[in-house]
Parts: sequence; structure tokens; C-alpha cells
Amino acid sequence: MTLYALLVQPFVEFGFMRRALVATLALGLSCGPMGTLLVLRRMSLAGDAIAHALLPGAALAFVAFGFSLWAMSLGGFLAAMLVAGLAGLVARLTPQREDASFAAFYMIALAAGVMIVSLRGSSVDLMHVLFGSILAVDDASLLLVAGIASVSLLVLAAIYRPLVVECFDPGFLRSVGRTGPWMHGIFLVLLVLNLVGGFQALGTLMAVGLLMLPAAAARFWASEVWSLAAVASLFALLSGACGLLLSYHANLPSGPAIVLWAGGMYTASLLVGRRDSLLARWLAHRWHGSV
Amino acid sequence: MLAPASVAHAASPPLRVVASFSVLADMVREVGGASVEVTSLVGPNADAHLFSPTPADARRVAGADLVVINGLHFEGWIERLIRASGYAGPVVVASQGITPRLAGLALDPHAWQSLAHAKRYVENIRAALGAAAPLQRQVFDARAADYLQRIAALELDTIARIGQLPAQRRRVITAHDAFGYFAAAYGLEFVAPRAGSTDNEPSAEALARLIREARAKRAGALLLENTGDPRLIERIAREAGIGVGGALYSDALSPPGTVADTYLRMFAHNVRTLVEALSTLQPSSKEAQ
Repeated sequence: MTLYALLVQPFVEFGFMRRALVATLALGLSCGPMGTLLVLRRMSLAGDAIAHALLPGAALAFVAFGFSLWAMSLGGFLAAMLVAGLAGLVARLTPQREDASFAAFYMIALAAGVMIVSLRGSSVDLMHVLFGSILAVDDASLLLVAGIASVSLLVLAAIYRPLVVECFDPGFLRSVGRTGPWMHGIFLVLLVLNLVGGFQALGTLMAVGLLMLPAAAARFWASEVWSLAAVASLFALLSGACGLLLSYHANLPSGPAIVLWAGGMYTASLLVGRRDSLLARWLAHRWHGSV
Repeated sequence: MLAPASVAHAASPPLRVVASFSVLADMVREVGGASVEVTSLVGPNADAHLFSPTPADARRVAGADLVVINGLHFEGWIERLIRASGYAGPVVVASQGITPRLAGLALDPHAWQSLAHAKRYVENIRAALGAAAPLQRQVFDARAADYLQRIAALELDTIARIGQLPAQRRRVITAHDAFGYFAAAYGLEFVAPRAGSTDNEPSAEALARLIREARAKRAGALLLENTGDPRLIERIAREAGIGVGGALYSDALSPPGTVADTYLRMFAHNVRTLVEALSTLQPSSKEAQ
């Protein structure tokens, strides 16, 4: 098999491969910085919780309006914002920490979602209707994903400085102005938007995978926020392209193939990355030991 | 002792039968008539592969006189449901006695998609109903004989209609591989991006293969199913530049009052849709993109 047949020909021959590639590229571009900031803000698991909170909103919209991309995306967005907002509110108004209130509201949302799905009478293949397949991305989903990525990157660029400052020193922002909570709110809106885009294209589980794994892997290669985000985006793009090619050549399901590539990159980074990886630590230890 | 038998069953309450899904419920209704009361656990247009039972379902099973299931691992949840409900009565496996085909490594459960196997289903149901209510055996026998005749008539009609199709127009693309028995019985070929059960995610390779076949016009028709996600099939249609030929009913009947609300109407509808899609040339108005 030539290199052309291995890497290029699938995308030249098939429109669905090009669409899937563009969708993962768009997702990867915004998932890099979003994931990095999530890790910095110690909200890695909140991403997962919010992703599951989309379910009841999307299911409710499906029950009310049938199979409509826009209704389901909007429903998912509103439900996830409600969960994120309530969790944040509880953390602010009571001594309960945000992770605990996130976990509580996320379980409520998940149970409500499963309930709504079953009220519909387990009819059609609701899980497949709710969670798109990357191979069946249509024009509307592609526009949605690309639009969300563009908005996310623009907004992130605008609020980059206060957002990063808040990651490291929430007290500082609070002392110089009252923008801290606003930054957090805007960031949450962006996060939910990205998850809505990801779940339309990849399904919730896969969307979180592309958000978190590249960002977690980037930590072993870069140290500044901007370089972390760039490396994370690069890893996300590579996982998208390699995962699709693997799915194409080896006849494997594409969603898991993409996320497993990202997982493989994380594992490799963990073992042999430039910074703080097991190999780097072992080398440093031996160096210090011998001196 | 002198009372005629008919008085005895007029007074007896109807036999309560729980069927696992809509096709079986319809068959039981046909054979049992007014002397049985049938409920279906998985309703019309719902997917039995993905069904999750509720306590109400367990209560219905517990209160049943007879439970009818398809078998061949179609209802993976049924054994646990029966055990949980405490039901101790007879369980009829409607597909008992057919020669199952394999789909990959697993058994293909969709045996009702062959009318020859459906006759076996009816026989099994007739025997089970007769055993459960021996006084009405004659009623069941007569109704079953009538039903079997109608199935046989549809079978002849199906063989004749599909027999008219030329040999090179006998390939169909559907969303999941539920028509293996149909294909084997009537000489068609079905291909699907995801094999067997609906919860498998398709691979890019399988999708690419189908698109190539559709482009080369080796696949005659592209059809939706009533329980699946339409997006994948629509993607193939756009990319291969062929139209979608209509919807087949695979694992569930349609709601009462619609085109496929009984087993025979479902089957006839499928044959009609298939023959129509395969005998008209697919419009290739949309360019492959």
C-alpha cells in the first residue's frame, strides 16, 4: 500500500471522510485551549459531569420537537447551563464545594434523562439519534461544530488574560475588580457550547475524550498556557485524523478509534514526555543519585 | 357433565398472554382471537435490542398465563425479567424448531422475516395456546389453519414478485442487518454498515465499502428502517448520488391504523417497498460529492 493510499486517498474518495475530518479538526482547535483551561482550573471531571447533563435537555427536545438538530442542541445547552449554574450557585451560597454539587446535579440530570428517554417508550434507537456518529455528519452538524469552534476561539482570545490570571490566583482578580465570577460564567458557557458541538458529532463520551485526553497529554510536553493549548490542539487534530484512518483501514468503529488514539498519545506522553514524565523523572533521579 | 363445552369457555376469563414484541403479539392475537388477551412488552416502532423493562412489565409477566418469546437471543433481557417477576408458567420459544442462521459468530434472531419460519412460529403458538386452554383447542386449531393459509398465500405472492426481478438488481443497503432470513428465503442480498444488533457503531471502512458499491450501481436500492437513525443512510445516499427508496419494517410493527400494523401487512409492505425500489432505476439527480 502506498503512502498516498494509506493517508490521502480515503479523504479524496469519500465525502464522509472529509466531513468527519473537518468536524474533528474544528472540535480539536477549540478543545485544545478549552481542555487546557479545564485542567488548570482543576475542573477535569466537571467536563464529564456537564456532558452528561446535556442528555435530559436533548431528550426533552427530541420528545417535543422530534429529530431536529437545532432543538436538541438548544435543549442540551439549556439543561447543561442549568446544571452548571445551579452547581456554581450552591458552591457560592453554601459551604459545599463545587465538585460535590456538580456530582449531585449531574446525577439528577442523568436520572432525569434516562427517565425521559424511557417515557418515550424506548422507541427508536434514541441513543443513536441523540449521539450522532462522526461518519454521518451532515451540513447542519458541520456548521454547528465549526461555528462553535470559531466563537470559542474568539471569546477565549478576548478574555484570555483575566481567565488565566483567575486560574492561578482567583483572589487577585477579586481584589482588583469584580470580573472574576463573570470570567468563570463565560468560561462555563463556552465549555457547554463545545460539549454540545462534540456531542452532535461524536457523542457525549467521545466529546469529553477529545476535550480532556489531549490537554492531559500536553502537560508532559509544554509549560506555558499558550504552548499547552497549542500542543493539546495538535494532539486532538492528530487523534482525529489517525483515528479516522484507523477506522477506515482496520474496519473499526470510528468514535472509539479516535478517542483511543488520544488515549495512546496520553499514555506515550506520560511515559516518555519531555517534562515530568516517568522517563524524565527516572533520568533526573539517576542524575541526582550519581552526583 | 351435560353442559356443552361452549358454555364452559364463555364463562372462563380470556387467557392472558404476554408477548415479548409486537410481531409475536400479533401472531398470538391471530391464533387466539377473542379468547386470549395479548400484551406486547416492546411496543410498535420500538427496538427490542435496546429495550429496558419497567416494574409494570414485570407485573404483566407475573400476571400472565403464558409468555411468548422469539428466542435466538433476540430478547437478551427476557430471562432476567421472567426470573425477577416470579412467573412460573410456561414460556414458549416461538422460533423453536427452525434452523437458525448465523450472523457473524452469533445467531441471527430475525427469523420472522421468512414466511416459512413464520409458519413454524404459528404452529408453536397454536400448540402452546392449546396446552394452556385445552377446552378451546378446536378454536385455536381452526384460527391457526386459516392464518397459515393466509401466510402461504403471501409467501406465493412474495416469491412471484421477487422472482420477476432481474438477477443484477437484487442488492439492497439497509441500516442494520435484520433481513438475513428474508434474503436467504427469497434470493435477495442485503448489506448494512453495522452488523446485527443496532447498538454497534459502524466503521469508516464498512461505510466506504457500501458507498463504493452504491456508486458502481451494484446495489439496487437504499432503504431505511422504522427503528434506526436515518442519518447514516442519508449520508450514503448523498455520497453515492442515489435516492432513498422508502422504509422497511424490521424488528417492530408500526402503530395501529398505519401501513404495517400487523405481521402480514408489515411483510407485504416490505415486499412492495423492496420490489418498487429495485425495479425502478434510482434517480441520480444529486451529484456525488
